[in-house]
This record gives sequence, structure tokens and C-alpha cells, in this order.
Amino acid sequence: MRGGLTFLLEIGVEEIPDWMIEPALENLASSFRALLEQNRLAAEQIATDATPRRLVLRAASVTPRQNDSEELVTGPPKSAGQGAAAGFARKLGVTPDQLTSVETPKGEYLACRRAVAGRETSAILAAALPEIILGIPWPKTMYWTHRAGPRFIRPIRWLVALLGDGVIAFEIAGVKAGSATRGHRRLGEAGPLPVRYDDYEAVLEKNFVLVSAKSRREKILREAAAVLPAGLRMKDDAALLDSLVYITEFPTPIRGSFDESYLQLPAEVLITVMRHHQKYFSVEHADGTLAPHFIAVMNTSADPDGLVRQGNERVLRARFNDARFFWDVDQHKKLDARLDDLAHVTFQAQLGSYLEKAERMAKLVQEFGGGEPAVRAALLSKCDLTCEMVKEFTDLQGVVGGLYARAQGESERVALAIYDHYSPLSMEDSIPRTLDGRLVALADKVDTLRGCFRIGMIPSGSRDPFALRRAAQGVVKILVEGGIALGLAQLSAGDARLEEFLLDRVKYYFREIRGFAYDEVNAALAAGSDDLADAEARLSALKAVRPTENFEPLAASFKRIRNILKQAQFEGGVALSRTLLEAGPETALHEAFQSVTARVEPMRSRREYQPALEAIASLRPAVDLFFDKVLVNAPDAAIRRNRLSLLHGILTGFSSIADFSEIVSSHESSQNS
Amino acid sequence: MDSYQEILFKLKKYWSDRGSIIQEPHDVEVGAGTMAPETFLRVLGPKPYRVAYVQPSRRPADGRYGENPNRLYKHTQLQVILKPSPDDIIDQYLNSLEAIGIDLGKHDIKFEEDNWESPTLGAWGIGWQVMLDGLEITQFTYFQQCGGIDLDLVPAEITYGLERLTAFLQGKESVYEIEWAPGVSYGDVRLADEQQFSVYNFEMASVDSLWKLFEIHEQEAQRLVDLYRALKDMAAKQRFPVLPAYDQVLKCSHLFNLLDSRGAISVTERVGVIARVRKLAVAVAHAWNDQQTPGEGEVAA
Repeated sequence: MRGGLTFLLEIGVEEIPDWMIEPALENLASSFRALLEQNRLAAEQIATDATPRRLVLRAASVTPRQNDSEELVTGPPKSAGQGAAAGFARKLGVTPDQLTSVETPKGEYLACRRAVAGRETSAILAAALPEIILGIPWPKTMYWTHRAGPRFIRPIRWLVALLGDGVIAFEIAGVKAGSATRGHRRLGEAGPLPVRYDDYEAVLEKNFVLVSAKSRREKILREAAAVLPAGLRMKDDAALLDSLVYITEFPTPIRGSFDESYLQLPAEVLITVMRHHQKYFSVEHADGTLAPHFIAVMNTSADPDGLVRQGNERVLRARFNDARFFWDVDQHKKLDARLDDLAHVTFQAQLGSYLEKAERMAKLVQEFGGGEPAVRAALLSKCDLTCEMVKEFTDLQGVVGGLYARAQGESERVALAIYDHYSPLSMEDSIPRTLDGRLVALADKVDTLRGCFRIGMIPSGSRDPFALRRAAQGVVKILVEGGIALGLAQLSAGDARLEEFLLDRVKYYFREIRGFAYDEVNAALAAGSDDLADAEARLSALKAVRPTENFEPLAASFKRIRNILKQAQFEGGVALSRTLLEAGPETALHEAFQSVTARVEPMRSRREYQPALEAIASLRPAVDLFFDKVLVNAPDAAIRRNRLSLLHGILTGFSSIADFSEIVSSHESSQNS
Repeated sequence: MDSYQEILFKLKKYWSDRGSIIQEPHDVEVGAGTMAPETFLRVLGPKPYRVAYVQPSRRPADGRYGENPNRLYKHTQLQVILKPSPDDIIDQYLNSLEAIGIDLGKHDIKFEEDNWESPTLGAWGIGWQVMLDGLEITQFTYFQQCGGIDLDLVPAEITYGLERLTAFLQGKESVYEIEWAPGVSYGDVRLADEQQFSVYNFEMASVDSLWKLFEIHEQEAQRLVDLYRALKDMAAKQRFPVLPAYDQVLKCSHLFNLLDSRGAISVTERVGVIARVRKLAVAVAHAWNDQQTPGEGEVAA
């Protein structure tokens, strides 16, 4: 609607943790849209933005006032008589002759139409905004006025709420909404700054606040490139960039440097120190090797005297010195000499020490067919937990073990397997680079899963303190992407709940991560889940064949066959008799079955699943004709059994790539939804 | 350039000018300023309170024989408690940095999420670590719970790491090079302390004796807590030695830290011992809270 009002809402808060801001904005926008809809109000250009100290929602062309409307109030049944009618009219403030009646399933009822005056949008917002603001869900909230006071992520210190030029009157925790914002803590003008919708961003920018996250991101990237000498670049780190965008109101990157001698420390250690502890970007040469520089992002406009750079360099130097000290101290005792120490590090109270875990892992790796290097890597994989470096930089567990193994003369295979064995840490993370590493990683995760399930520490709902879902997801990813043919039953060692849990993660992986349809996943897994890489190949073939014209109708027929067999309680075991086959569609189906089988078998053994499925789909006309012309439930028992046997043969013979009866046709699913 | 003690004087004066009383350090070993009764107990109950004090904080496992330039067995915190927290608390805090000579126009200040939790004290709060040019100089916390009790008034706790702050201001790479007073270095004053306590904590402390001491103090704290719980008479409750009981709990906590640095507590045992200390800390907190609000009856533990 043209000519509506502008709306500006700014919630001024003490510094909000960076990672919580975007989800909060999404919630704020969706609550605001819902409010408009409930109140039949329109708005355009609804947009959110934020810095650590403010959540902002803006909209244009907001309806200034609800349209008047009419509502129908239903009263007592008409049969209730004059008295009831008079009472109803009195309650509504009308005379009885103004009442009408409505027909309902329960009979005729008295009713009254009355006009409802539209409310002013400012009144609607004033009433609803406190609830919308305090309704933003945060991972952890606090109270700050008193125990029974409102809860929010951090104290709310000011509120700007303007509809057009008018302040929307509401209050939260003693803070009244107004028309004044605040600038940057140190660079902005002291005190409140009056703003309007039109000059909001400009006023803030003048006071060293870039409201737009996009502008802050661009400023960081642009200026970081500018402070680097030619030939060097900032190492990409999207997560760190996101974090810095929401830790700053006016980000300015500066370049710092460190002594080249620190480059003797492994890049992994240097990067971890810079990234996790100092939130610095690493700087690299064109070939990806580290350069002795870093990019720090300040929340201020400049570093005229170089004080900020010097301060950051000094902090980093101390951190690097610590790391160098840890590296040197740790070399005094080799990894394999630390096995005894592992006996004193508890893995879990009921599951014993890390030494016991490492020994179990080594056994598992053997069981999984791992060679000598993989077994040794498994045994040494946890030794770095006793090293100073890992105690200080816990994120580097595994990585440090791998680096130490290499430095201490273990073979490269052993070193790589230890280095990678915590991977994948997430669905985006890659799996270990080598087969040795994959087997050690599997053994680690499987041991944790088996142990925790055995002692009843099974994830439920959001409670998953040992991150077992992540472990199981890692197992699945390694099996599929690493092409390791280990069955879920073997991995679960007879624990049905664990097998179920793993199967759940397999389905999740194929559906949510790989984007296969749920029924395709069910169909492929029903045909076997002992080799997940093979299941993936069958799944891909299934997905490719599915849109072809014969496939879904054939799948529907397979489902029909399954139901017929189930109703007849027929479980096979009856040899097919050619002589009992009726000439025509039944014989034709049998011949088609045999010829397709002859084509499919070699393809299946060569794992050429797509042509195999296409061949199976070619059965469709024969199957359709059979069901069209032949009565399965023949009066003669022997003929009936023979027909069931033919159908049973087709169903089982062609279900080893995918169980087609699991496929839900597009027709069915649209009916169900 | 201000000396270490000059910076201390200025910070105390700053908070004194803003209505805080200036307390002296608690004279029983604590791991952090939060554990001193001026914080742990005073944040409970409905009475407003403002206090600042220096608290030497002992963390035996952090000792490095005086050889690491940044790590100390005993470091010094300036602890400020403002209960309830004033609305402009962050501005007041930033001005305190200006008061000790940090020109914030020329430096970079960031507030990074860092919530505080002490399992031993049944306490937690929400807040930040304050980063000055990449250096963590302050822990800022809005307390929410202490001794398992939701707090009536939300106090702001500001904990300055004095050695770091001074090293920053003086541009020193090592805390031992800090100028404590004109012509006297931090190392002159404290190095022997760090060396000798590291030797004792890591090598020589008798594990048997420490366990015995732990049990003695635990029993004494438990005895007092039990006695308090049995009391019905209001007057008897009011004069009951809850504060001495708390000192016993602090002894337990410190002995636990010593045993830990001596490597005498396995990871499995750890959780159990922490739970023993927490149980006592929570009981003392409830008793104190009860004394502060006579007539409301003890809150169920």
C-alpha cells in the first residue's frame, strides 16, 4: 500500500554473543510478519540488521490503521426463548430486534453482526512489541532487574520504536521506547542520538556504527586485502569472518607480524593459536604456506600510533612462546612411552581409561581388516591427551599426535592415521585421507558407541552428552564415502538398539545430507545395508531410473504383489510348475521374468545398477497385462499356489537392488500430503 | 608510567569514589576473588552492597616455578561487586580503564561472550571477557545464581587481572619485569613465592596429609552445617557461626586444588570431590541467606 508509514525498531542491548544474532533476527522478522498478518496489516521492505549492541527491524509502507470490519457474535439457541434473547442483546448493547440468527449444525442460534472499529497500528505495535522482543528465543538468558524481571540475552539498555515520526509507547524492564539511539561506545558522540527512519543509518555511520552486517563484512575483506603486501593473502575462514562481523560495530583490520622463527612450529598449531585464541586471520603466500603476519580486526576506526598492533603482537608472542615451550617439553617423552600414562586418564568412569580404549580400538582395527600401521596408529592415537600441547589447545587432539608421531620417527602411514582419526568432526568435514585413518576413526567412534550403549548412555531428545549422534554420523560418512563394506550388524556387535540408531543415521545421511527421497532410501536399504557404498550406488541408480515412465507403475505393482502374498500368507518354497501356467498373459509374464532375470544377473554382479533397474522396469507391460487378465486367486488350489509362486519369484528376484514396494508413487504421496 | 601499586591505588580510589567500600583481601586461601565471602555470601539476600577488594588468588596447578613469563601460581585480582548492577555499569567500567591511563581512543576494546560457572560453588553468571588489543584483561559477569540460590538483586562482578593489566600498561613481556614500586620489580617481590610454592605443590606436598586435612575441614564444616539446620530459635540462628563454617569450606576447596596439582585426584574422583565441596558451599550459602532474611524460613536446598 502506497503512502503507509515507515517503521523503525532498534533494541539496544549490551554486547550479544556473535553466533546468536542471526537466528534472533530471523525470529524477530517472522514474529513481526505474523503480527501484521494477524492484524490484517500490510508492510513492505521488512528488513532486519544487527550489530553486537543492537537488533534492528525496519519496514516501509506500513498500514497506519486497521480497516473497520464486522464480526458475527453468536448467542444462545433461538429456542431458548425471549428472556435469553433479551439478555444476549443487553450484553451486546443492542435491542432484541437488531439480532439475527444463524444456522449451525446444532440448530438455529441467535447472532448479532456488529461493526468493529479498526485499531491504530501504533496501538497494536505498542501492545505486541514487548512480547515479540522478549519472545526471541536465546540459547541462554539472564535476568538483570530482579529475580522475577524479564529475561533476555543481555540487559536491554535503550529502545527506539518509531512509526512514521511518532514514538510507539511501550516499556521493557523500565526502559521506555523513544527516538534516540546510541553510537559506538568510544568513538560516537556521548549520549542519546535522535534518529528518524530516513537518517537512521547515516546518523549511526557518523557515530562509527555500521548497522549493516554486509557493510561490515565488505569493509573487513576490502581493508584486509589493502593492508597486505603484494603476494600475500588472508587465509579464508568463513566462520571467523562471521564471528568478527558480529563482534564489531565498526570493524577495521590491521596487519601484525611475528618473528619468522615461530614458523618452525607446525602451521596447525600457529593457526589454532591465532584463530581460536586471538580471532586473527592467518596470512599465507600464494602457495598456501604461512607468512609471519596476521590480520586482527579492531572494533575501532584506526590505530594511529600502532598501539593496537603492538599490543596484539605482544599477546601473540606470549602465546607462541607457550606453544613452543609445550612442543619442546612434549618431545622429552615419545608417544609410545606415554601409554602407561594413559592408564591414568579416564575415558568414562564405567568404560575405563584411555589405555583400555586404545587397546580396544587396536583390536577393532584388526577385526575391520586393518594392517599393522593402522593397528599401531590406533594404539598410539590417544597418547597425545597426556601432552602439554593438547592440554592447552584441546582442539588439536589427534593433529598433535600425528605431528609428534612424524617427528618421532613413526611411519608416515601411522602419523597420518593418528592425525586424521577424529575426522569427520561435522557433516561438512572430510573423512580421513587414508584407509588406515578411516579404520582408526571408525574404531574410535564404534568403541564409544558400543560402550555408551552398553552402559545405557543412549541419547534421548536433545540430551546427547557424549555426542553419540555425531559419532554415528561420522561412522556412516566414513563407511559410505570411504567405501568400507562393514555391516551395521557387525559394527553394533549384537546390540539391536545401536543397530537401529546407526540405521537412523544412515537414513538421515542419505536424506538430509545427500538429498535422496525418503522412499528411495527405504527401498535401497531394504535390499541390504551391509555395504553402504554399494547402497549408495543402488540409490543413485534408483533415483536416475525413477522418473522413467515404467518405473512407478511397476513399483505400484510390486506393492500389490507384496500385499497379495501377505494376504495369502504365502512365503515361497513352492517350486514353479510350467505345466500349470495358463497360456497367454501368465506364460508371457513367466517368460519375461526369465529373460529379464538373465539380463539383470550379470549387470547386478558387475554393479551396473542403472541398466539393471531399467531392465526390471521393462517388465511393466507383462505385469500389467497379467493383473488385467489373470485371476491370481484361482479356484483351483494348485493353480493358485503356482501363481503365487510366480509372483513371489518376481518379487524376491528383483528386490536385491531395491525393494520397489517401498516406493511411494508421486500420485500416492500427493494424496497423503 | 604508573607502578603496579599505583595502578592498584587508582582503581581502588576510582571505585571508592563511586560508592564502593574498599575491603582488604580475605585471609584464607581462595582460588578466585569470587570465593571470598565478600562476594560469595554478600551477593545473597536483598541488601544492596558495593565493594572492591584486591584478592590474591591461588591456583596451584598454574604454577610454573617462576619460569613462565605469564603464568602464576598466585595472581592478583581486583574484584568489584556492585549489587544491584547500575544501568551504566559498562561505561563505569570503561572509565575505570581511562582512570588508570588507558586512552581508549587509541586502543581496541571488545566484549566477547564468556559465561562464568563454578561447579564447586553452585554458582554461575552471564558475561564477557573484555579484550584490550587482543589481551584478556577483565572478566565481567552478571551473577544469576550462587550456592544454588537464584539471586534477588543481580550483581555485576568485575574482575581485573592486575598483573596482565600492569604488564600491558608498562609494555612488559614478563610479569616478573613489572615495576611493583619505583625501583622494585614484581620478580623482586614475588619470584621466591612462585618458585617455592611450585616445588611444594608439584613435588613435596604430602598427599596423605593433604587428604587428612581435607577430611578434618570437611567434617568441621559439615558439623556446623548440621548444627545450624537443627536450630529452631531465631536468636540462636542469628548468632550462629556461618562465616567460620564458610572458611572451613574454603580450606577444603584449596586442599582439593593442591591435591589436584599434586596429581593425586583421578578424573573419576574429581567429580566426586567437587560434589562434596559443593554440597558444603551450598549448605553454607543457604544458611547465610536464611540469616539475611529472618522470618522467611530456609529455602529448601
